[in-house]
Amino acid sequence: MQLTEIRIAGFGGQGVILSATILGRAASIYQGLFATMTQSFGPEARGGASSAQLILSESPILYPYVTQPDILVVMSQEACTRFMPELKDGGILIVEQDLVRISALKPNTRVFSVPATRLAEELGKRMILNSVMVGFFTGVTQLLDRDAVARAVADSIPPSLRDLNLKAFSKGLDYGLSQSATVAGGEFEDVAYLED
Amino acid sequence: MKADPQAVLTGTHFLDGDKACCEGAIAAGARFAAGYPITPATEIVERFASRIPSVGGTFIQMEDELAASIVLQGAVWGGAKAFTVTSGPGFSLMMEHIGYAAMTETPCVFVDVQRGGPSTGLPTLPAQADMMQARWGSHGDYEIIALCPNSPQECFDLTIRAFNLAEEFRAPVMFMMDEVVGHMTEKVVIPAADQIEITPRRFTHRSKFEYLPYGTNGDMVPDFVPTGQGYKFHMTGLTHDERGYPNMTPQAQDQLVRRLQKKIRAAAARITFFEEEGTENAEVIVISYGITSRVAQRAVELGRARGLKIGKFRLITAWPFPDEQIRRLALHAKALVVPELNLGQMVREVERAAAGLCPVISVPHAGGGVHRTDDILSALVEVMP
Repeated sequence: MQLTEIRIAGFGGQGVILSATILGRAASIYQGLFATMTQSFGPEARGGASSAQLILSESPILYPYVTQPDILVVMSQEACTRFMPELKDGGILIVEQDLVRISALKPNTRVFSVPATRLAEELGKRMILNSVMVGFFTGVTQLLDRDAVARAVADSIPPSLRDLNLKAFSKGLDYGLSQSATVAGGEFEDVAYLED
Repeated sequence: MKADPQAVLTGTHFLDGDKACCEGAIAAGARFAAGYPITPATEIVERFASRIPSVGGTFIQMEDELAASIVLQGAVWGGAKAFTVTSGPGFSLMMEHIGYAAMTETPCVFVDVQRGGPSTGLPTLPAQADMMQARWGSHGDYEIIALCPNSPQECFDLTIRAFNLAEEFRAPVMFMMDEVVGHMTEKVVIPAADQIEITPRRFTHRSKFEYLPYGTNGDMVPDFVPTGQGYKFHMTGLTHDERGYPNMTPQAQDQLVRRLQKKIRAAAARITFFEEEGTENAEVIVISYGITSRVAQRAVELGRARGLKIGKFRLITAWPFPDEQIRRLALHAKALVVPELNLGQMVREVERAAAGLCPVISVPHAGGGVHRTDDILSALVEVMP
């Protein structure tokens, strides 16, 4: 795997940091890759802006921060607006479709949309939307091995919620495998295109 | 001796530097921690507080950093290995008691997860601007040991080393992390307990009638008193003689303060850890530490790809400063380049050690982030002969 930069962003309380931790754990512990995760968050526990940066690589990672993400996962409108300009040309955008309306895009962006919150609610707990999102990410990016990610989900969740989160992961994964990307340039109405 | 298998979390983990530091402390035998919450260091003792009941030990959240930095010394004299964690503002408050630990020869570890300053500064963002404070922050003459990790794995490994050095030299050891290293999550491999070497406290073999609390056996480090076995001793921050009693004479001052300095300086060659690569044929050598060393390494790789002859030297021990190594580099390099997250601290030490043998270039950054790789690379390109 080439060095891949990922940013996951949303509100505090959506499991943004946990999602990045799960993916980083899957990569570094179960797939023998290097993974570096950093995070930033506001002073609020819930509801404030939350963002995680995850870098994956086959060789040791030196620079600790994402400079231009290859993959951007957004779970809030604010996150989408704020981080879209830094997405790499031809990069992947993953959106929580019920929470984000795409108003601007980079050219050639491949967009994948998922109603993660709604799928989580169908399983009975809104809180597990991050596991849905991790599953969806795994399905659409094909970056990480699904069994590795499932093991990392199991490792990262307290026993009482483990089965539910694994169900959420599978649901997100299946949903992701059934989707194909919408490539920016034509399909989106009322969307401004940002220059690099 | 080896680490306690009941306490070591052997395995492969995905941990941030703060949590890895805590695991290192527990593996090293720390059974007491005191602290006052502060970003970005709180997570270390937060984990300690949740882990330590199952290991057997104590965490106390104190009323402030002054209290935290002295209560841990009480725990040490009571027989425990102990540490505290803080960041810039709290580190400032701890200075008096760091001097007390140096004077009373109390082995303990002070973790400073550096953030932007001065004062409250940037609570959630990195800096490396406490490096001189770690060396000179408390008043009076004393020598100090300070280590600088650059990854969560090193936060684990070097925390153990910090505790071991504290015991070996009976001195406070400064563990100089930074916010990026503290909050960065990476793979951390924690070995089996029998693979972890622990320096035990060295207790006196003398009887309670012959024992001198500050008597040395030729190696400049006094043996410790076993607490609760009838040994009487007196400890004080005042200048004291071998019995531990105040002695206000220039002779006693000279003897004590020189020993406090010499016990560490004499061992400098053995305890100045560093990482050096490609320096033999290098025209320019970049000298860095902590998180900046990773950005510098990236710059070195990019520079080499352009055909530049660049060497890398990373300080793992910041104090005592590796004078001899830097002097050796300065003898054949055309220039030494020193990026750091402050406006020029360790660069002064590099200049001092280089003693005019070659130019020393500072690449300062006020903190709040890390250097852009290009900033370091262009400094390297600029000084290329």
